[in-house]
Amino acid sequence: MGEGPAAGPHDAGSVPVLRARGLVREFRGFRAVDGVDLDVAEGSVHALVGPNGAGKTTLFNLLTGFLRPTAGSVVIDGHKELVGRTPEAISRLGLARSFQITSLFAELTPHQHLELALAGPTGLGWRFWRSDRALARFTAPAAELLARVGLAGHGDVPAGSLSYGRKRALELALALALDPKVLLLDEPTAGMGAEDVDRTIELVQEIRAGRTVVMVEHNMNVVASLADRVTVLQHGKVLVEGPYAEIRHDPRVITAYLGDSDVAR
Amino acid sequence: MILSRLARSGRGGIVLLVLGLLAALVLPWLIYPPVALDIACWALFAAAVDLLLGFTGLLSFGHAAFWGGSAYCTGLIVLHGGMPFPVAIIGGALFAALLALPIGLLSVRLTGIYFAMVTLAFAQMIYFVANQWRDVTGGENGLQGIPREFLGLDLSDPFFFYYAGLPFVLAGLFAAWRIVRSPFGRVLVSIRDNPARARALGYPVERYRLLAFVLSAALAGTAGGVFAIGHGFAALDGLYWTTSGQVVMMVILGGIGTLWGGAIGAAIVVQLQDFLATAGFEGVGIVTGSIFIVIVLLFRRGIWGTARHLLISRRQADPPVSPAAGAAEEPVESPEPAPAPASPHPAGD
Ligand SMILES: Nc1ncnc2c1ncn2[C@@H]1O[C@H](COP(=O)(O)OP(=O)(O)OP(=O)(O)O)[C@@H](O)[C@H]1O
Ligand SMILES: [Mg+2]
Repeated sequence: MGEGPAAGPHDAGSVPVLRARGLVREFRGFRAVDGVDLDVAEGSVHALVGPNGAGKTTLFNLLTGFLRPTAGSVVIDGHKELVGRTPEAISRLGLARSFQITSLFAELTPHQHLELALAGPTGLGWRFWRSDRALARFTAPAAELLARVGLAGHGDVPAGSLSYGRKRALELALALALDPKVLLLDEPTAGMGAEDVDRTIELVQEIRAGRTVVMVEHNMNVVASLADRVTVLQHGKVLVEGPYAEIRHDPRVITAYLGDSDVAR
Repeated sequence: MILSRLARSGRGGIVLLVLGLLAALVLPWLIYPPVALDIACWALFAAAVDLLLGFTGLLSFGHAAFWGGSAYCTGLIVLHGGMPFPVAIIGGALFAALLALPIGLLSVRLTGIYFAMVTLAFAQMIYFVANQWRDVTGGENGLQGIPREFLGLDLSDPFFFYYAGLPFVLAGLFAAWRIVRSPFGRVLVSIRDNPARARALGYPVERYRLLAFVLSAALAGTAGGVFAIGHGFAALDGLYWTTSGQVVMMVILGGIGTLWGGAIGAAIVVQLQDFLATAGFEGVGIVTGSIFIVIVLLFRRGIWGTARHLLISRRQADPPVSPAAGAAEEPVESPEPAPAPASPHPAGD
């Protein structure tokens, strides 16, 4: 996990922390992502919106190595090519993600989840000859993270038995535990009630300090209160990009969303 | 009930450990000593397979390669190297681990039934090689007359050899327990439950599976080595697919993901086979197979798993449901991981 060769001009601010060029992903001839260019500025919150099936999750999967693009490139930090790397390698380069469909370890407790996330970079996971009590060194930071997402007191039940809202909170805590440079959140407020949505907005406000956040979000209130820039996807292509105040009145965006019930959410 | 009170006190583990050790120590007094040794060896073999099946989510159908391969290697070291049997057993275990490296490399990318099929195919290849390579393996005759002595001590009496072989089995079981309860074991469980999520946390899933596979093979090899010395021969059928099938059956009987359940499965199957064989019964497979089906239908979690579940559900009102290991298929490219298999409300059974 070195810094990499310090080649190339480093003009802080002008070089996007995450840059995708010509990303294409085909599923049996169907182009779910069709030539997407994306520049995410360092330290920004960048929202990815678009109707159902626009290719947002597929784009996330391409960025994080869970899917291999049919064509195109993804570069982090101006020079590290991500295409061709495994998801675990990309995660260790500082690009963490949450999943749209809650994705946890059913039998492990939230506390154990966070221990795993925190232990990752230490290599402790390979020590098959040590007692798992060695993981206790992460107890305090794990508890802190749990408290941060409002899960204090729920750290010791199997994650499979948590309520939906708490599972989403754990998703967020997990991504946070990796202390990523770039955090990709796939619909962090999906299926949440107004109260939980507000809390999530606050949390994202808090965790954006010192990092970059890319989030897929259907809820336009969330986008309005968080996003510095918005990219609108439709049919796998970038329809518009700009600050929320600009794109919200763009006739193309309104047409794309017309009749899409998600806007109402 | 005493058992449930023990489980509640949290000291049940220690009591069970003491009981298990006592059982292991008195076993050759209670039953025919060679059968006792067989049970011990198969118990370790089953624990090795459960390390993969129950804790990593991989069903290996080729573990005969490691059990049988180590049996041959152990036998050869004693016969041609003239080494004392403990050295030979360790050598056999290392050989099994070495053998597991290429097989694992080529198979850990697969899961579920594909992993089972590929491991089966490799094991059958090794069976074929052993069958052909007569000069070394003795072909259909196997390796015969492996001596059982240690530092001039004659251990050919099965009763005494049981106590010579038992430390290896216990050491192997301890290693399996240590692995399962280690940080590594924690990662394995996470990979079993949700490989895509483990990747997103930065864990190289295939490499973890590979190490688990190699460790499991080493333990299976230890068991196979003790078995070979104990019987004084290494035979081809130790490499045959039926051996792989039998150990998987023991794990399922005892309970997947219980580690110790395999010992119960081993005791039942080995005892039953011995009983049927001495009774001159022909269709041993039919009977063990039928009993297997009945037990699996009655106790979905296996014998140990069901007992543990009953005790735990008495202790706490809301127990977790263990998902069927290996059930979650993971495509090479997984766009979205399967939703967590456990539901908030455990299925009542
Ligand atoms: N693995 C796959 N195989 C085939 N088609 C797929 C696959 N994954 C996605 N698609 C298709 O690609 C298109 C984009 O899907 P994607 O999940 O990226 O949309 P999305 O923008 O995330 O939508 P939503 O808002 O519903 O989450 C859809 O038409 C979907 O059916
Ligand atoms: Mg989506």
